[in-house]
Amino acid sequence: MSIGVAITGMGIISSIGNSVEENYNALLNSQVGITTIENIVTVHADVIKVGEIKKTNQELMDELGLGKDNNFSRTAMLGTIAAKQAVKDAGITSINEYKTGLISATSVGGMDMTERYYHEYFENPDIVKYISSHNAGDNTDKIAKELGLEGFVTTISTACSSAANAIMLGARMIKSGKLDRVIVGGTDAMSKFTINGFKTLMILSDGYNKPFDDNRKGLNLGEAAAFLVLESEELIKKENKKVLARVSGYANANDAFHQTASSENGDGAFLAMEKAFKAAQLKPEQIDYVNVHGTATPNNDLSEGRAMIRLFGENKVPDFSSTKPFTGHTLAAAAAIEAVYSVLAIQNNAVFPNLNFETPMAEFNLVPQTTLKHKKIEHVLSNSFGFGGNCSTLIFSKSE
Amino acid sequence: MNKIYINGLGCISTQKTFDTLFLEESAVNEVDTILSIHQPVYKEFISPVASRRMAKGVKNGIVASTLALREAQLETVDAIITGTGMGCIEDSEKFLKAILDNNEEFLTPTSFIQSTHNTVGGQIALGLQCKAYNLTYVNGSISFESALFDAKMMMEENDASSVLVGGIDETADYTMSLFRLAGFIKNENQGLDSFLKSTTKGVVFGEGATFFVVEKEKKATSIAAVLDVEILNALEIDKIENKIGSFLASNNLKFIDIDAVVLGYNGDMDSDAYYKILSEVTFANTPQVYYKHLSGEYDTASAFGLWVGTKIIQTQSIPDIVKINTIDKETYKTILLYNQRNGIDHSFTLISSC
Amino acid sequence: MEALKQELKSKIIEVLNLEDITVADINDEDALFGDGLGLDSIDALELIVMLDKDYGIKLVDPKEGKTIFKSIEVMADYIAKNRVK
Repeated sequence: MSIGVAITGMGIISSIGNSVEENYNALLNSQVGITTIENIVTVHADVIKVGEIKKTNQELMDELGLGKDNNFSRTAMLGTIAAKQAVKDAGITSINEYKTGLISATSVGGMDMTERYYHEYFENPDIVKYISSHNAGDNTDKIAKELGLEGFVTTISTACSSAANAIMLGARMIKSGKLDRVIVGGTDAMSKFTINGFKTLMILSDGYNKPFDDNRKGLNLGEAAAFLVLESEELIKKENKKVLARVSGYANANDAFHQTASSENGDGAFLAMEKAFKAAQLKPEQIDYVNVHGTATPNNDLSEGRAMIRLFGENKVPDFSSTKPFTGHTLAAAAAIEAVYSVLAIQNNAVFPNLNFETPMAEFNLVPQTTLKHKKIEHVLSNSFGFGGNCSTLIFSKSE
Repeated sequence: MNKIYINGLGCISTQKTFDTLFLEESAVNEVDTILSIHQPVYKEFISPVASRRMAKGVKNGIVASTLALREAQLETVDAIITGTGMGCIEDSEKFLKAILDNNEEFLTPTSFIQSTHNTVGGQIALGLQCKAYNLTYVNGSISFESALFDAKMMMEENDASSVLVGGIDETADYTMSLFRLAGFIKNENQGLDSFLKSTTKGVVFGEGATFFVVEKEKKATSIAAVLDVEILNALEIDKIENKIGSFLASNNLKFIDIDAVVLGYNGDMDSDAYYKILSEVTFANTPQVYYKHLSGEYDTASAFGLWVGTKIIQTQSIPDIVKINTIDKETYKTILLYNQRNGIDHSFTLISSC
Repeated sequence: MEALKQELKSKIIEVLNLEDITVADINDEDALFGDGLGLDSIDALELIVMLDKDYGIKLVDPKEGKTIFKSIEVMADYIAKNRVK
């Protein structure tokens, strides 16, 4: 097995909590974050349910101490909150002391402000400042500035697998010695744009999402941000750092099947998992828990389920669950919050429940873990798939 | 760092760049403030059934990547890595406008799908049936360099021997009007004479799709080599020269070893201040090149800059239209590219003859 | 019915941006998806919106589209029976 890249800090804000601890407690106590939408005015408010962070933009600005002239999008504010938590958790005080990078992920960028002010820009000079916040990179530049970070900064956008790819890039850069430490993750705020976008694809549920259930009707959208701090072995030793867990495997593959849908047998998903095992030098039977992508759309769960059966073998799929019934599908942030949950699973030897599950799918014999389960956990596999056939797998391992 | 080789190019830009040798038919537009691409005949590259839903950026990306693959004589690659600042914004606009104007009713998915940043990379993969690594970087003016950096790292890790790398951005009416409102786009084109000594804010905007096939192995057809790419978020003006010095030193090079320097001048007085010391002091005796007066400024315009640099090495000549000074060199072996926008997202790219 | 069929053909060409196809190229019994016109699942979603917008027919399950959009013949028949505008 490869030693993997050390994780030394985590930060998260989601609909189930404003810190790692709050998120963990919610997962333990089955406190879900799926509610009626409050912060966005939409005609779909009575029909859809979302994983919304119950803080207004003003509250987020106050929390971050942003002045009146700031032009942070909600995406940038959520990202800054999570990134600051992660840096603090890792005990970093002087951010540019070592070669430190920031790799973020987002799909909407500053769309929340753009859609709010789109037709108003020409009439109200006070909001013109938000025009530049639309650009995805602007959101990351703001997080970097808030952290005081001057080095390598980039952003990945591969739809719903974005943050997995950010974590992968960060791990690779640490492994190859290009960086000593890196803050990796993703952030996406709720927007009318994505609500309506997923609505046109007819994959939004009108109830609570039910991953891997025969009667699943689609996903609930969510908003969140999470970041992890990864550090090199030299730095861990030098600073005598506590290692929370390790990123041991990672891979990306493309389904090359359809612009939004996954192939019937999950070719891309299968390839991503297979390549991640190679990188980790682990065997499928060593995985104790799979945090599945599990969006609860008819297409994803069927395709992902088939890919898991192909990879692990019939009746050999380990305990698995989707945590999206808790948080909703948080798009570019999904893989980052699920990375935090994967580390929590390892630290606490816990498999979090796949809520709302009732009826096994007709197509195969796969039943997710539906209650909280404690058992020894050494290795967790986490899947994230996005539009454009983008399939990513991360493997997290206990630090020896 | 090991070098990688550029073995294929494809460039769709506001100039004639896919059907000429090297800018011999180019002209500076001194009238417009938003420049549109010189269109290829899409039907020669994409079937009408396939292209009917494609955004402009997707079509340009497919044509540019096809040209690059043809030149490299490859059918497929081990990775497809793209950069884009804004993605296919024309479709983002279309979808957002429909949401707001129709009160969230009667919306169709096509423009939503096209507005996803990785749609160009995804559709290239779909067309090539390429199941390999596929990533999209979206970080302002280092979006393309992030893609190139990743490609180079993959080869160092022995995870790929051939990679398609590209930068794609497009203009769209409403977004451009917002950019003008915010002062990012000049109210009027100031003409070429004042471009390098601009006293006004804002840029002339452009669009384009520029693709490169990079490979680990040198081939008889290799055009140039990429030696190193470095990305920095923030850098103060007075530290630029030092930074470049240490970047060159890490590649065992000195300022004097640079045969030409390609700078990202965009006509915005504040942004261009970052190149001043390089032009006037550091590289005062080195051939200097600019290109955004031809391509227009956009997040991935620096991919066009790399195309210019690569072409200089290939043809061993610098066209007059891109020359900042009158200095010539007998041979162009090592070229440095530096780009940034308003003091953030700096990139240094070092290329050489093979 | 014949008028509705012609109307559907031109609407499909317009909505799905089928540049190179004319009304005369589409036969009433031709399969619209798969081997016939070669439409796909995204086209189906576009047609579902057209049903809603132009004929007031709301489909909840995208799978229903598969049977309704089999051919112009089937589609016209379904619309004639279910339209509310």
